[in-house]
Amino acid sequence: MWFEELLIAIKASLVLKAPEGLRPLVSAALSTMPILSAFGGLFAVVTLLERKMLGRIQNRYGPNRVGPFGIFQPVADGIKMLTKEDIVPKTADHLIHFLAPLVLLVTAMLGLSVIPFGQKLVAVEFEAGIVFFFAVGGAAELAVFMAGWASRNKYALLGSLRAIAQMVSYEIPLILSSVCVLMVTGSLSLTEVVQAQSGGITSWFLFTPWGFLGCILFLISTLAEVNRSPFDIPEAESELIAGHMTEYSGFKYAVFFLAEFVAMFAMCALTATLFLGGYHAPLPVLNIIPGPVWLFGKLMLLVLLFIWIRGTMPRLRADQLMEFAWKFMLPMSVINLVSTGIWIALDGGLLGWLVTGACNFGAYLGLSRWLADHPNHRKRVYRYADGPINAA
Amino acid sequence: MIGKGILKGMMETAKNLAGSFHDPERLTTVEYPEQKIPAKENARNFPFLVYDGDDCETGLRCVSCQICEKECPPQCIYIEKDTVKKPDFLGKMQFQPKTFDIDVSVCMGCQICVEVCPFESIRMDRDFEYAQGDRFEGLLLHKDQLAKPNKYYHSIHPTEARETDDIREGKRQDHLAKEKAKAEKLAKAKEEAAAKAKEAQAPTDVDSSEKAS
Repeated sequence: MWFEELLIAIKASLVLKAPEGLRPLVSAALSTMPILSAFGGLFAVVTLLERKMLGRIQNRYGPNRVGPFGIFQPVADGIKMLTKEDIVPKTADHLIHFLAPLVLLVTAMLGLSVIPFGQKLVAVEFEAGIVFFFAVGGAAELAVFMAGWASRNKYALLGSLRAIAQMVSYEIPLILSSVCVLMVTGSLSLTEVVQAQSGGITSWFLFTPWGFLGCILFLISTLAEVNRSPFDIPEAESELIAGHMTEYSGFKYAVFFLAEFVAMFAMCALTATLFLGGYHAPLPVLNIIPGPVWLFGKLMLLVLLFIWIRGTMPRLRADQLMEFAWKFMLPMSVINLVSTGIWIALDGGLLGWLVTGACNFGAYLGLSRWLADHPNHRKRVYRYADGPINAA
Repeated sequence: MIGKGILKGMMETAKNLAGSFHDPERLTTVEYPEQKIPAKENARNFPFLVYDGDDCETGLRCVSCQICEKECPPQCIYIEKDTVKKPDFLGKMQFQPKTFDIDVSVCMGCQICVEVCPFESIRMDRDFEYAQGDRFEGLLLHKDQLAKPNKYYHSIHPTEARETDDIREGKRQDHLAKEKAKAEKLAKAKEEAAAKAKEAQAPTDVDSSEKAS
């Protein structure tokens, strides 16, 4: 608590120093600056961390040439990206081509404004914070389409449509799996969602049957929503022509990546807020350590999980990705809603645990068995390659 | 069940991640400029000139017979004979090369020059760090760059160097034996000549004595 009081006091004194008319502006700037700088810096750290970790997963060192242990690699990358030539196609819609990466970055950054970093550390105290978050998150699709359309390149356009199809499909399970938290807390405000999980690790929503499933569904949808591996078909470098980023180069390309990473941080922060107790410490005693530290710790753990997943899984084919969204994610999130309703009706407790746990686990087993038996998922037989001629 | 394979894969990558910090099996990278894998004995790429002793001028085995120059398929060797003769390891007077250049940007490492050299002078090296700022002059190796001591040859290709030394020792022995035989023959011839002269002299003596008597 002391940390928040300190920050608030500093901000108040700084705002009072400004002239009367400028005070709202200064106040807004002081609220947004830390978020912008912190997540911009985190982007640099995470790019390096990701490359290092992927390297270790693949039995090699990551970047280790620039500075001790390669810690200045992001600086070198930044210089490289800034000095690269910025090429815009002659027939492109220049204005929209220029705006697309910015819109993507702004939508990603806006999501962070409603995340509570402490009891009073919210940039915008919003009654319907989570609705705002998903609303601006939905604008990311617009930015992707702007990029694809303004490039005037059929590969960019196709890539952007593929990306939009994926993002729209995964937005449904994403939102449905977060709705269960809102059902239990009875509020759309993220600060209240965090308040409901204030009693240490046992009161986190992750450790309830519906919260556990919801968290996993939310994380998977997040992966698809921010185009992370294994759902990174929109910008699959190795098989597609970089999707909607085909006609981008230099710093605009870097801004796309920045936006992607910031969106990932925002999503991870939201996951931590909804299911992992937000800025609360695992034990109430540890609350002496400031809330932002806990939130960033949880956020980093989730980012590490994402990197780990990226280092493990191969990319999904576009049709597999769609099938997974509509045939597994959507039914599971709807079932999770039902079991959350049962949980609320039973008012938790052992009975609630058993019933909702059985409901979710049974649904998972049944769905996965049904999907595994589906003709699409049986071992493929190639008529000629596996046929009697070649088998002999 | 969906997800089982994913968990299995995640465990595998986690093992890699943790193992890369302590298990050399899981982190096999050799960071090249700082660390190097010790070269294999059979490694060879470009030719060099062997010299005996410490001085590359006097000890150079090459006698500029120019066989390698003629045999070289890509013609990357250029030799110019010296104008004065110097004694080689057998004491014979030979022309040493004044210039001996190998263009390693042209050399294909076929080792034919090594095969044809009758003086065990040109041998294969295993040095590979030839990167240069100037790809024309920088990659044209001159005599002073090519000449390397026999000790170096022993350090890179010990077995081959020992065989070469044996060949040379045999040559020296042969030469010594030949010299000895020659000397003996010469001595014998001298002796014979002396005896003949004596013999020839003796009758004259008789004659003279006869005359005297």
